[in-house]
Amino acid sequence: MIKSYKLRRHISNALIYLILGVMCIIWIAPFVYLLLHSLRADGAAVSNGELLPEWYTFQNYIDLFSGTGSSTLNFPKWFLNTFIVACFSCVISTISVLAVSYSFSRLRFGMRKKLMNIAMILGMFPGFMTMIAMYYLLKIMGLDGNLIALVLCYSCGAGLGFQISKGFFDTIPRALDEAATIDGATKNQIFWKIILPMSKPIVVYTVLTAFIGPWTDFILAKIIMGDIQENYTVAIGLQLMIDLDHKTTWFQEFLAGSVVVAVPITLLFLKMQKYYVGGVTAGGVKG
Amino acid sequence: MTYVEYKQLSPLQRFAHRFKNAMKNLPRAIGRFFKLIGRAIVRFFVGIGKGFKNYGTTFVKGDWATKLSYVIFGFGDIHKGKIYKGVLYLLVEILYFAFMIVFGFDKLYWLPTLGIHERQVVYDDMGFPHETPGQNSMLLLLYGTLTVVVTIVVFAVYISNIKDAYRHQVMRENGEKPTTLKQDARDYLDGKYHITLLSFPILMIGVFNILPLIFMILIAFTNYDGGKHNVLFDWVGLDNFGNLFNVVNSAAKAKTFFGVAGWTLVWAIAATFSNYILGMIVALMINKKGIKLKSVFRTLFVITIAVPQFVSLLLMSQMLTQEGAFNILLGLISGTNPKIDFLGGSALSARLTVIIINCWVGIPYTILSMSGILMNIPEDLYESARIDGASPFKTFTKITLPYMIFVTTPQLITQFVGNINNFNVIFLLTGGRPSNPEYFGAGDTDILVTWLYNLSMGDKKDYGLASAIGILVFIICATLSLIVYNNSKSMKDEEAFS
Repeated sequence: MIKSYKLRRHISNALIYLILGVMCIIWIAPFVYLLLHSLRADGAAVSNGELLPEWYTFQNYIDLFSGTGSSTLNFPKWFLNTFIVACFSCVISTISVLAVSYSFSRLRFGMRKKLMNIAMILGMFPGFMTMIAMYYLLKIMGLDGNLIALVLCYSCGAGLGFQISKGFFDTIPRALDEAATIDGATKNQIFWKIILPMSKPIVVYTVLTAFIGPWTDFILAKIIMGDIQENYTVAIGLQLMIDLDHKTTWFQEFLAGSVVVAVPITLLFLKMQKYYVGGVTAGGVKG
Repeated sequence: MTYVEYKQLSPLQRFAHRFKNAMKNLPRAIGRFFKLIGRAIVRFFVGIGKGFKNYGTTFVKGDWATKLSYVIFGFGDIHKGKIYKGVLYLLVEILYFAFMIVFGFDKLYWLPTLGIHERQVVYDDMGFPHETPGQNSMLLLLYGTLTVVVTIVVFAVYISNIKDAYRHQVMRENGEKPTTLKQDARDYLDGKYHITLLSFPILMIGVFNILPLIFMILIAFTNYDGGKHNVLFDWVGLDNFGNLFNVVNSAAKAKTFFGVAGWTLVWAIAATFSNYILGMIVALMINKKGIKLKSVFRTLFVITIAVPQFVSLLLMSQMLTQEGAFNILLGLISGTNPKIDFLGGSALSARLTVIIINCWVGIPYTILSMSGILMNIPEDLYESARIDGASPFKTFTKITLPYMIFVTTPQLITQFVGNINNFNVIFLLTGGRPSNPEYFGAGDTDILVTWLYNLSMGDKKDYGLASAIGILVFIICATLSLIVYNNSKSMKDEEAFS
C-alpha cells in the first residue's frame, strides 16, 4: 500500500516535470530563435527556410551599430535618444511618485480623499484617448517631434501611479513619525531622514519602473514622433525595420536590435522584481 | 437557503449560488452607485450655495480693505501688512486680465460656434489671389478650453484671496500680527507640506492629463473628423453616440461598433479566463510539494515577462507569417509545405491565434502572482486536513481552490478591464488584420481601443467618433473598477497597518 502510494507520487511528479519542461521549452524557444537568428550569417532576408541557422556571425550587430546601408535607420541614435529620454523622465517621475505617495500616505489634509478619488477616475480613461489632444497641445508649444515632448509625456502622468509606493509607506509604523515630531522634526525632515531611508526597496522599484517605461513604450512615441525618424526611440525604430519597405533588407538587424534592447531591460526587470517582492514582504512583516 | 444547506453544496454549486446572488444584487448595486453620484451632485450644489452665503456674509462683516479685496486681489492682505502675499494676489489679477484681453475673451466668444469663417481666396482686378485665412475650430476649442480652465483656477485664487483678507482682518481684531515670509516658508515644509509636495505633480497632471482629457471629451460632441488644416466643425450634441447605435442611418458605424464591441467582449473573457485557469494550473504544478527546482522554473517564466512586450510581440508576428518559423516547424513535422497565414487568413484563425499568443504572453504574469498567493496559504490548514484524513484531492478542492478564488477575484476583474484595454497584443500582432470591408475603419481582430486608435491615427479619421468610443470604454471600465473598489478590503482598511 505504502509502496504503491510512493510509486503513484513518483509517477505524478515525473509527469509534472515533463509538462513543466515542455512548457518552459515553449516559452523560451522563441527567444532562443531570436538570439540564434540574430547571429545568422547567410544574409538571407526574412527567412532561409531553416529552423536553425547554419553559419554564425556578429556582422548583424556590427551593421546595426555602424548604420551601413541606410541613413534613415540609425539605431545608435535611437538608442541614445531612448537613453536620454529614459534618464530625464526617470528623475521627474520618481520625484512625482514619491512626493504624491508620501503626501497621501502620511499627511492629512482636507482634499486628500477627493484627490485620491480623482486620481483613480483619471486612471480609468483609456490612455491614448488623450494622446491626440496631447499631440496638438505639444504642437502648439512647438515641441512636436521633439525629445522634450517625449520626456513630458512619460513623466507628466507619473504622479497618478502612486498606489504601490503609497501602500509601502502605509506599512511603515506611524509611531516613528510621532517620535520624530515630538523631537521637533518637520514633515519635510521626516520625509527625507526617516521615510526615504527606510523605503529603499520601493525607491529602487520606482526608479527602475520609470527607467524601463520609455524603452518599452511604443504608441506614445509613435504618435509624437510621426515621421521624424532621427528622434525615434528603439521601440518604434525596430518596428520601422520590419515594415513592408525595410523588412527584406533589415530583418536580421531587427533581430539583433531586439536582442540589444531586450537583454539590459530583462536584467533590470529581474533586479526590480527582487526589490518589489522584497519590498512587499518586508512591509508585511513590519505591519 | 440556510447556512447548513449552503455548506452541503459542492464548490461549483456554491460558486453558482454566489454568482446568482451577485447577479440578483447587481441592480441594487447599480442603484446604489447612481444614488452615490446623485448625492455627490447634491453635495456639490450645497457646497456652491454655502460658498455664496460665505461670500455675502464676509462682505457684510469685512472692513473697507476686505471689501476692496472683492475687486482688487490681495488688497486686504497688503493693508494688514502681509505685503508679499498681497502682491502675489495682485499679480495674478493683473496677469489674468492681460491674458483675457489679449487672448481669452476672443476665444470665449468663439467657443459656442467654434468659428464661422472659412478660408477664402479673393482675386483682385489684376488677378492676384488675396487669401483670408479661415478659422481653425480645433484650435478655437483647445484655446477656449484652456481659457475656461484658467478662469476656474483664477476664480479659486479670487475666493482664497477674500478668505485670506478676512482671516487677517480677524487676526488684527484679536491683536495678532500676520506671519512673516520666513514663518510661512517653514510652514510650507511642515504643516502645509502637502502643498509643497503636490503642487508640481498636480500642475503636470493638470496640463498634460486633465486638459487634454477635457478637450477630448468635448470633441466627442463635435463632428470633427481629423481633417488637416483650417477646418471648421460644429457641436453636434450626442450624434456621435447616436451613430454608434443607429443601425438605420449610419449602418457602417453601427455595424462596426456592434461587431467590434462583441469581439472585444469575447476577447476579454477568453483572454482573462484562459490566462487565469492555465496560469493557476501551472502555478499549482510549480508549487506542488516534492517538486524541485521551483525557483528555476519560476525564473524561466519571469524572464519571458522581463523581455519588453513589443519585442516578443513583434517577434511572434514575424514567426507567424507564411515564411515564419511556425510554418517551417510544421513543414518539418508534417513533411509538407503548409504556408498557413495564421494572422491574416480568416477572421477565425486570426482571432484564435491572437488568443493563444496572448496565453503565451500572459500566463507568466498569472504564475508570478499566483505563486505568491499559494505560498501565503497558512500551512496549518493543510496539516489539520491531513490529520483528519483528507485526500490530496480533497485538500485541493476544499482548501486551495476556494482560497485562490477568494483572494484572486478582484484581480480577475482588474485583468478583465486590462484586457478590454489590451492595445499592445492586438496592435503589434495583427494591427487589426484581416481587414473587413464592411467595417468602418476596423478589421476583424480590432478591439474597441485599437479601433479608437485607427479612427484617430489611421486612414479613416473621425476624431468625434473616436472620442465617443473612448468615453464608452471609460464608462465600462469605470463601472467594473468601482465594483472591485467597493469590494476590496485593502481599500477600506487603508490604515489597518499604521
